[in-house]
Amino acid sequence: MSTPVTSLDRETAAALGRRKNEPDWLVEWRAEAGDLAGRLELPKPEKMPLARWKLDVYGDYRPGRPVADPSELPAALTELLSDANAEALIVQHNSGVVLARLPDALKAKGVTLTSLEEAARSHARLFRDHFMVAYRRDEHKLAALHAALWNGGAFLYVPKGVEIEQPVQIVVFADDPAATVAPHILVIAEAGSRVTVVEHMYSALPEGADALLVNGAVEIFAKAGSHVRYASVHHMESAAVDIAYRRAVLGTDARVEWIVGDLHGGNLLSDLHSELEGQGSVTDIKVITVGTGSQRISLTTRARHVGKASESNMITRAVMLDEATSILTGVTKIEKGATKANGEQTERVLMLSPKARGDANPILLIDEDDVKAGHAASVGRVNEEQVYYLMSRGITRREAERLIIHGFLEPTVAEIPLEGLRDTLRRILERKLG
Amino acid sequence: MSALFEIRGLKVSVEGKEILTGVDLALKGGEVHAVMGPNGTGKSTLASAVMGHPKYEVTDGEVYLDGENVLEMSVDERARAGLFLAMQYPAEITGVTNADFLRSAINARRGEGNEISLIKFVRLMESKMKELDMNPEMMHRYLNEGFSGGEKKRNEILQMMMLEPRVVILDEIDSGLDIDAVKIVAAGVNAMRSPDRAFLIITHYQRILNYIRPDFVHVMMQGRIVKSGGPELAERLEAEGYDWIKEELGIVDETVGQV
Repeated sequence: MSTPVTSLDRETAAALGRRKNEPDWLVEWRAEAGDLAGRLELPKPEKMPLARWKLDVYGDYRPGRPVADPSELPAALTELLSDANAEALIVQHNSGVVLARLPDALKAKGVTLTSLEEAARSHARLFRDHFMVAYRRDEHKLAALHAALWNGGAFLYVPKGVEIEQPVQIVVFADDPAATVAPHILVIAEAGSRVTVVEHMYSALPEGADALLVNGAVEIFAKAGSHVRYASVHHMESAAVDIAYRRAVLGTDARVEWIVGDLHGGNLLSDLHSELEGQGSVTDIKVITVGTGSQRISLTTRARHVGKASESNMITRAVMLDEATSILTGVTKIEKGATKANGEQTERVLMLSPKARGDANPILLIDEDDVKAGHAASVGRVNEEQVYYLMSRGITRREAERLIIHGFLEPTVAEIPLEGLRDTLRRILERKLG
Repeated sequence: MSALFEIRGLKVSVEGKEILTGVDLALKGGEVHAVMGPNGTGKSTLASAVMGHPKYEVTDGEVYLDGENVLEMSVDERARAGLFLAMQYPAEITGVTNADFLRSAINARRGEGNEISLIKFVRLMESKMKELDMNPEMMHRYLNEGFSGGEKKRNEILQMMMLEPRVVILDEIDSGLDIDAVKIVAAGVNAMRSPDRAFLIITHYQRILNYIRPDFVHVMMQGRIVKSGGPELAERLEAEGYDWIKEELGIVDETVGQV
């Protein structure tokens, strides 16, 4: 066993690639990223300095043990597995993918579901054309670190015109605080294809575990006329720091729906961006978060309109308890030439504690005249008119508030396209909201 | 027989302004009372204050339900004691379905360990919705969210039918309803009439009283009851308006607390 990486440079990143017998070009690519990581600055999310976050723990490459069937997975993992019978399933345990399966019927149609590490060898062309194209390794230090250290991950390729009925399940599970957990999920949906992906990230870290940095990323390439629904639920223990960069690039008439439950228990940096390149492309973004304890949450959603008549609709809702802080930022950017574009965004924060802090920043950047754009933002407490109404039917104040608070998040929960995960999500909310 | 519901000398202020200047009313079981009056005379304030809306401050008077002092109870306790207010502007609540809400309300009454079974509840709700000619899908819609004015009113009556209160106050339940909807709502109310239940119908117009015949009619002006009578009083108000009462009582401005 090697010692955990405490600083990262060109040689460390290259050594990681060589150790995994990666192709030379990828070893070199990691090396360059390692070099960048040493030089680039941390990202600067709105009103949330990262200087005091524990971001310099890189861990070591410690993959879980591969299994042939979900029944052989660790109990702590299967306990929360939403659908162990899922036919399209990929499971990452700590640094590596331990299970990947796909029904033969889908394989026959040309669908691919493998670890991203595997795809770098088996689908080098597709990999090189898409990997870290939407989320670039030179954006900032965390992106470069991810590029240098990424592991496991998922590669989902849906050929032209293929429609996948059942959701594809991606599970990332961490229980080893000494491991590098840096999954990268790459989804390529070719023209006219249709797919739903459900990604679930959770942990079972030992008591008193050191900080674990989960530096993950998702990239979706939705080609012309394709439709991708991507649901993501993260809930790790407070010892973990969750870095979640999510990116989508949309072709003509493509549609990408994001449904995100950022319910992580520790510090969270969540940054979601839909790039509306194609004419008539549409993105729908729904994100919920709950802040407890002394959590720091930075949550940004962004839609950039390039294509004509492109549409974005972003809704972010946060419930804040204890002494948690959350900064919600929505950015609607409409470029010159994106005529008839329509961008709407809403950020709402429900404050349940006088010591909590919540901030909603709607930002509209519009360089074209012939567009529609709107925003709404609010930070407030539980509405007394609503409490009164429920109480007037005999419901106690406590129960009335509980109904209102859960109801505030429910419209997003209800959209999670997998019943088991919806139930898990509701249980997490019960626990977090107390 | 003593009154099921009694209001004595009720004075209520909103933001320091006195709106109710001393209201007295007594309802016996089985009775239907109508409170009528022009806009701005305190009718809706009476309804909200009795229910316990936090904006309304009771400065004097008493309210009794079955001999219990309602004003000492919190809003939910009043409801569980048997008071029900069909509101003019019910709140909209995102994420809480009509069914979840009503089940919580029923179970709040029944108490822990005695909750209604899901199947029984769904059957009950379905049958009552059918009586009110409501679209079954409204069961799973978020509470009042996106409901039309008429749908909200019917939903209030649905709640009344399912919660089976002792004292029902209907605040402008007929406003914004077409005549067919008024008939359906009235039929719902009439089906609930019973010797151990009393109704207080607050209305601007006589129309609904054609379908729910009141035993007593009260006219409210300047934040108090200025005249009481039988159903014939409502008919005369419909035919002649309120001016004759103002003249008879020497009232120039019937409103209260207006700026």
